[in-house]
Parts: sequence; C-alpha cells; structure tokens
Amino acid sequence: MTRSSFMTRKELIGFLILAAVIFLLLPAMLDSFRLNLFGKYLTYAFVAVGLALCWGAGGILSLGQGVFFGLGGYCMAMFLKLEASTPENTAIQSTPGIPDFMDWNQLTELPVWWQPFYSLPLALLAVLAVPVVFAFIIGFAMFTRRVGGVYFAIITQAFAAILTILIIGQQGYTGGVNGITDLRTLLGWDIRTDEAKTTLYFVNGVLLFAVLLIAQYVRKSKLGRLLIAMRDQEDRVRFSGYNVANFKIFIFCLGAAFAGIGGAMFTLQVGFMSPTLVGIVPSIEMVIFCAVGGRLSILGAVYGALLVNWAKTSFSEAFPELWLLGLGGLFIAVVMFFPNGLAGVWSEQIEPRLTKLSKRSDTATPKRAAERAPAE
Amino acid sequence: MSEQMIIEVEDLTVSFDGFKAVDALNLYFEKNACHVIIGPNGAGKTTVLDLICGRTKATGGSVKFKNKELLSMREDQIVLAGVGRKFQTPSVYEDLTVSENLELSYPKGHSVFGALIFRRDDPVQTRIQEIAETIFLEDLLDEKAAFLSHGQKQWLEIGMLLIQDPELLMLDEPVAGMSVAERKKTAELLNRIIQDRSVIVIEHDMGFVADIATRVTVLHQGKTLSEGSMERVQNDPKVVEVYLGH
Ligand SMILES: Nc1ncnc2c1ncn2[C@@H]1O[C@H](COP(=O)(O)OP(=O)(O)OP(=O)(O)O)[C@@H](O)[C@H]1O
Ligand SMILES: [Mg+2]
Repeated sequence: MTRSSFMTRKELIGFLILAAVIFLLLPAMLDSFRLNLFGKYLTYAFVAVGLALCWGAGGILSLGQGVFFGLGGYCMAMFLKLEASTPENTAIQSTPGIPDFMDWNQLTELPVWWQPFYSLPLALLAVLAVPVVFAFIIGFAMFTRRVGGVYFAIITQAFAAILTILIIGQQGYTGGVNGITDLRTLLGWDIRTDEAKTTLYFVNGVLLFAVLLIAQYVRKSKLGRLLIAMRDQEDRVRFSGYNVANFKIFIFCLGAAFAGIGGAMFTLQVGFMSPTLVGIVPSIEMVIFCAVGGRLSILGAVYGALLVNWAKTSFSEAFPELWLLGLGGLFIAVVMFFPNGLAGVWSEQIEPRLTKLSKRSDTATPKRAAERAPAE
Repeated sequence: MSEQMIIEVEDLTVSFDGFKAVDALNLYFEKNACHVIIGPNGAGKTTVLDLICGRTKATGGSVKFKNKELLSMREDQIVLAGVGRKFQTPSVYEDLTVSENLELSYPKGHSVFGALIFRRDDPVQTRIQEIAETIFLEDLLDEKAAFLSHGQKQWLEIGMLLIQDPELLMLDEPVAGMSVAERKKTAELLNRIIQDRSVIVIEHDMGFVADIATRVTVLHQGKTLSEGSMERVQNDPKVVEVYLGH
C-alpha cells in the first residue's frame, strides 16, 4: 500500500478537520464540565467507528455492542475500585479492603477473578482482551454456522440482555444495578478533578485518533474491500477462495476491541460503570449514532456520536419523556431519507456545491478584476 | 484410469425434501478437455456444479478431484485446491471497481493477516492489466462493476476466474443473456481460455456447444441420458426425444 492509497487528500482534510474540532474547537469553546460531557460522547464514537467497519463495510449488524463497551468499562472500573478500596478507606466495613458493595452483600473475601485487577497492566490488557475473547466466542459460534443478517442482530441483542441480567443478578460480584461507583484515583492520581478530566479528554481524543487510523488502514487494505465484497456477494467471496467466517470474526473482534477502549475511557471520564450502559437500549443507540453519522464513513460515525448525544442531553433536559420517541423518529428519518447519514449528506449535497462554488468564484474573480481595472 | 481424470463423480445423489435433483450420478471428466453438460431446464446441471464446488451438500456418493475427495471440504478449500466456478447469474462485486474485483480474486493474501498486508505490487498490477485485456475490459478498470452491461459482468466474472488460474474451470451458461455480438466475442474468449485447461461448461446454445466441446453429457432428471462426442449425442434418439426435439 502506498501513502496515497492509505489516505486520499480529501480524507486527510477530513481527518484534520475532525482533529481541529476535537483538540482545538471544543476545548476552546467549552468549560471543563461541558468538555467532560463531550469527552463522554466521544467514548461512544469508539463503538460507532467499530460499527462503521462491521455494519457499514461488512454488513454485520450487531445490536449488542454495549456488551463490549460495558466489558471494557467494567475491566477499568474493577481496577479503579480496588485502588479506591484500601483498608484505610474501607475501615468501617466488616471486611475492610474489599469493594464496598461486596461488603454490603456479605462477601468476606475478594473473588479470585477480581485479583488480576490489582495490576494496571493486566487491567488494561483485560480492557482489550475480555471484549475480544467474548466477540471471538460469539463470532466463532455464529459465523462458522453461517448465521447472519437479522438472526445475528437478534442474537447479539440477546447477549446484551443476558449480560445485563447477569450483572444485576450477581450484585455481590459486580455491584449490581448501581454498577461500580465511587471511583477515585488512577495510580494515586485523582481523576475527579477538573484538570484530570481535561487531561483525560485529550487522552481520549488521542486514542480515538489511533482507532480511526487503524480503521482507516483496515478500510483501505484488501481486507476492507473484501468486507464490502462480502456484504454484497458473500458466496462469490467464498468461491474466490476465502474463508468468509474468519473475516467476519476478525472484524467483529476488532469492533469489540474499539468498543472496549471506549468503555474504559467512559469509566475514567465519568467515574462509574453500570449495567444501564450495557443493555439493549444503549446498544441500539450506538447503532443509531453510526447510522446518523453515516454507516459507511468512519469519520461520520464520530460526528454521529457527538451530535446525537449532544441532542440527547439538550433535548432530554427539556423533555425527558420525549427523548426516546425523538431518537426513534430520527432513526427512521435517517434510514428513509438519508441512508448514508450525515457523511452522505456532506458528500452528495454539500461537497459538490462547494466545489461548484469554488470553481465559479475561481473563474469569476479574474473577470471581475478585469472589469474593475479600467474604472480605478 | 484415474490418472487422466480430473474429476470423478461416483454415485452422487442429492435430494431436496425427497426430490432427487441428482440421482446416483456417475461422471468422469478428463484432464485438459472441454466437457459440456447439456439438458433440459431443471435437469440438475447447475446442481452438479454446486455439488462439486461445495455449495450444496450431497446426500451421498463421492466427488474426487485429482483423487482428492471434495465432498468433505469447505468451499474455499475446494477453490484453493484448484476448482474455479462461474455462476449462472453473473455475480461480481457491484460496489467495487473492475480492477478491485479482479484483485480480490488474485491468488494471494487469502488469510485474514494476508489480506491486511496484501499490496497491489507490480506483478499483481500487470496480471490485472493482462486479464482485463483478455476479457475486453481494459478501458473500464476504474469503473464500478455496477455500471457494466450484463455481458460485461459475465466477462468480468470469467476474468475473476482466470486470475485465480484454476486447474479446473466450471462455467454455468457463460453466454446466457448476451447480445449476438457479445456472444461471438465470448465464444472467441472461451475458445482461447479453454486451451490446456480442464473445463466443464453448461450450455444450451447447441452451435456454441459444437464449437467448443470435446465431450458432451446429456443430463435428464438428475441422471445421465447420453454421453460421448457431439455427433453421437446429437443422433441419439433418446436425446432427440427429451431435449433436442423441441
Ligand atoms: N436448493 C434447492 N432446493 C430445492 N430444490 C432445488 C434446489 N436447487 C435446485 N433444486 C431443484 O433441482 C432441480 C435441478 O435444478 P438445476 O438448477 O440444477 O437445473 P438446471 O439443469 O441447471 O436447469 P437450468 O437449465 O434451468 O439452469 C430443479 O427442479 C430445481 O428446482
Ligand atoms: Mg442451471
């Protein structure tokens, strides 16, 4: 792959504009509270970018991305919770040194599978590995059996439901319906302060760009073209000698890894993780972010996540009950009138007009200058 | 005997809910020959190809490709073993360009990792160009396949097979739905590519069959009705009755 085939000039400009929005515009415009809010929105962008690859390019619609977002987020939260639960901090508990919710649920010992989360490197590894392993198991079971389309979507949704129920049911091990809360420090660094939140916003932005560059590489590789080929003519791909299931498993796992990073960054920036972020509703919302942004465009997915979430916050402050209806309406409108989302509106409507306009002004300027010249 | 055979089909049966589309069929295809299968609609011709390339799972029997049993292999493994297949309805990737369509069939980078690091280097580029010239599409390399005519899509799919360079080429009605001019060009194209290759073709156009066939098999209701040279088959009263008569 040569440089130019990795990113066209137009795509480079798109990346630069997004970088300007995330690293300059938003931090300049927003106070630290609002910036943190946008940082939270951007954590969903990780999921949406993964969906742009899985669903947009590969045609694999997952309605369970919240599972991977949640798993990544919980892995991070477990580390932070253990760090917050020092014996001194938890001296009033009947068993000091374990997370508070365990104590409330009469646990007297930290479960074995919590032990690795004392280590930050292991926890960070888990943020990626746990979602990927889950995605691999689901993907392997489904794709080698040639389960696809609507059936796959429904099954992923079932997983989202199951995981939520499990988390809520196993309160002593997971914090139950409240989730894992009261997270304080990361290796002694207080993540609740405004400065920390601003720093985390930028870390989040850098990670998002890393993910975007990986996604861009995948899109531009032969694997990216194979995804599109599989979406349109799965059989032909098979009869060109490719094991289609392997490619689907790969892209599904990659999307899960992206979602896991997003989840971990959510935990860090928002300060908790709970089952409300894992279930069916958030999973469907994530698909809507991607659809609104334009499911074929990885940059569009980021804008979709930003805009829909911003609308959600503004709208649900005013009319909390109407938000879900509004979101549903938005989704239907996008699917019916703008199947390629914002990215489609941009590349089909706005961009051609801009180029036409700039061409016209190019030819118009010298003429006008020539007309004006004698008068001066 | 199996030395000269590229495909040996023995006792092959497939039944769809009790209906035997292919019924205890025995077929032997020679190496470097062009074997044509003809027969009325619904005779089971496409199904035979589907069984060989693993698209349909057989109920019983065996299909050996160079003495290797194909029935237990996955589709992509069969392809990599050297069997290429063109479908009856042209199936190309409409959202990709002609050159991308060909690139995906280039026999390299077929694993996930391989596809991630695959580069369209000079040999690949040259090969794509070569094939595009063979299939009359050299001026349309950057055109999306969706914008090709029906005939051009058929050619593109043939090109996708050629770039795979399979030992055995299976073509299902390659000239169906083509204009007279396209048909002539395709006949010329096929005549060129079947040299030194083992080919199985399904075709209805008898003029075309006479032109390319080394050997003809007539299929009827999932069974062999007649077999041999074109001349022999054409004069077989059974064949005249069920197929050529009308
Ligand atoms: N997947 C399937 N399920 C049920 N019946 C099938 C299936 N595939 C094929 N058949 C039946 O098997 C018979 C043979 O079909 P096939 O497509 O092989 O015929 P053909 O000889 O290729 O005909 P044509 O000349 O029309 O292409 C037909 O009666 C068809 O309806
Ligand atoms: Mg047929």
